Amino acid sequence: MDLLNALIVFSNFVFIPALAYGSQLALGALGVTLIYGILRFSNFAHGDTMAFGAMITVLATWWLQSLGVSLGPFPTAILALPFGIIICSLFILATDRFVYRFYRNQKAKPVILVIVSMGIMFIMNGLVRFIIGPNDQRFADGERFIISVREFKQLTGLREGLAFKTTQGITIITAILVVLILFWFLNKTRTGKSMRAYSDNEDLALLSGINPEKVVTVTWLIVAALATVAGTLYGLDKSFKPFVYFQLLLPIFASAIVGGLGNPIGAIAGGFIVAFSEVTITYAWKKVLKYSLPESLEPTTLMQLLSTDYKFAVSFVILIVVLLFRPTGLFRGKAF
Amino acid sequence: MIKIENLHKHFGGFQAVDGASLEIESGTITGLIGPNGAGKTTLFNVIAGVLEPTYGSVYLDNEDITGLPPHQLFQRGLLRTFQIAHEFHSMTCRENLMMVPSDQSGEKIWNTWFGRKRIADEERALRAKADEVLEFLTIDHLADHKAGQVSGGQKKLLELGRTMMVDARIVFLDEVGAGVNRTLLNTISDAIIRLNKERNYTFVVIEHDMDFIEKLCDPVICMAEGKVLAQGSLQEIKANENVIEAYLGTGLKYKAL
Repeated sequence: MDLLNALIVFSNFVFIPALAYGSQLALGALGVTLIYGILRFSNFAHGDTMAFGAMITVLATWWLQSLGVSLGPFPTAILALPFGIIICSLFILATDRFVYRFYRNQKAKPVILVIVSMGIMFIMNGLVRFIIGPNDQRFADGERFIISVREFKQLTGLREGLAFKTTQGITIITAILVVLILFWFLNKTRTGKSMRAYSDNEDLALLSGINPEKVVTVTWLIVAALATVAGTLYGLDKSFKPFVYFQLLLPIFASAIVGGLGNPIGAIAGGFIVAFSEVTITYAWKKVLKYSLPESLEPTTLMQLLSTDYKFAVSFVILIVVLLFRPTGLFRGKAF
Repeated sequence: MIKIENLHKHFGGFQAVDGASLEIESGTITGLIGPNGAGKTTLFNVIAGVLEPTYGSVYLDNEDITGLPPHQLFQRGLLRTFQIAHEFHSMTCRENLMMVPSDQSGEKIWNTWFGRKRIADEERALRAKADEVLEFLTIDHLADHKAGQVSGGQKKLLELGRTMMVDARIVFLDEVGAGVNRTLLNTISDAIIRLNKERNYTFVVIEHDMDFIEKLCDPVICMAEGKVLAQGSLQEIKANENVIEAYLGTGLKYKAL
């Protein structure tokens, strides 16, 4: 038995990757949940909004790299992020002006808005692949590791190593910062409070003199910023491939629904629940068990509950279980 | 102050308001009575900009305000409350009141970063005002309770309090006394009378409780089937044949005989 090594293998392959992935899902789910709480529909275009924002960031990164600008050990993409956020915001505001507003003025039902958002999704999806192509794009640069497996082994003299990638560190820190700013905004500023008021009771908000168009505009701006940050972090951590973002839609919605649609704290919790479940269920536990069990009990198989090919099924299962036993989500969202 | 001309609101084939015309004088507390389904609430909704009229016009001080969105009417001092009390349920009672005044400097992105002192001063003033209103309504002990958790009657008071956070000119109260016990009802009617006298609010009140109407309202307007049946003092209304038939019931009529 060697519990210390077991713990390190666990951290290296399960805990840290799930923490980073959970942060990305949480940021994505926050966007979905804000749209649901304030504009009252499920935004299917959110995955592709992430792809679009990330794409602009990738292009800006390449441009900055060609100019020779760099941030030293940090990825240049951080410098490029403001470009991504601004252009993505403009694009999203344009879709609101020319598409969603028409349906809002007609007081269209949420179901219709969902279908409209699917239309936007297809257009954005096509646009992104048209501009940057459907293939994997690499844009991460700077120092790859905060600490690599080799360094860790040398440092500690242990048999197993622990790698902590720069992108993972940046993902986690950025997620914490973004969430803090968002909650400060929603709870402390007047505009944030108007957004919460509008989400609580639309009729009353209108009759209390809150300008609905302004609330909607600010919501879209925040969502565009969240989506761009989430998309870029995911792209840095894994790699940027347009179609992957479309697939991310499922775990993101699972996160938002598990936490309770419309509830920002729920979205964050949901993101980590989905990420940790996905990683723990698809991880091969053989090595961890080898260290933590007596020799006689050592496993002979991989001890993997589910092949990684089926990782999206995990989101589905969590979704079904939560909807069956607690239909409002863990933190009491708006609907169902 | 408010003038309504030949107002129609149709829902498909159903004519909820069917050619109503009436005038509301400044400084009065006007009662709006009528049987259920007479079109009273629909009339309120059209005036307050929630619904667009099928045709007809609404004037506020001789200015055409037909079809203006609610938040713009609010800025002109036209407010309404709801038949079933509405509240921002996840906010405290005090925050509910502090939500009301529009164009606060904290709404500008620039100010959230560079005008922090101004916002803080404004918030402090608002907070004091909200506490004053809560005290006036005798619900100051609920200031830090979530508005979603207080009782129905207290929510009604909160609705009334919302109109006190700004300088309202005309307030439409939709069954403010429904489902409220007698003591609380007295608090509400006292508040209405005080606001009318001290702050010169004009009120239009939908109500079924005739005692409440008698205490507060002059004149009274009676609606039925989307039309205005009669307008006048409560005595005149009570004596009106059409009103008796449509709303007050023939019992009164036979008693009179």
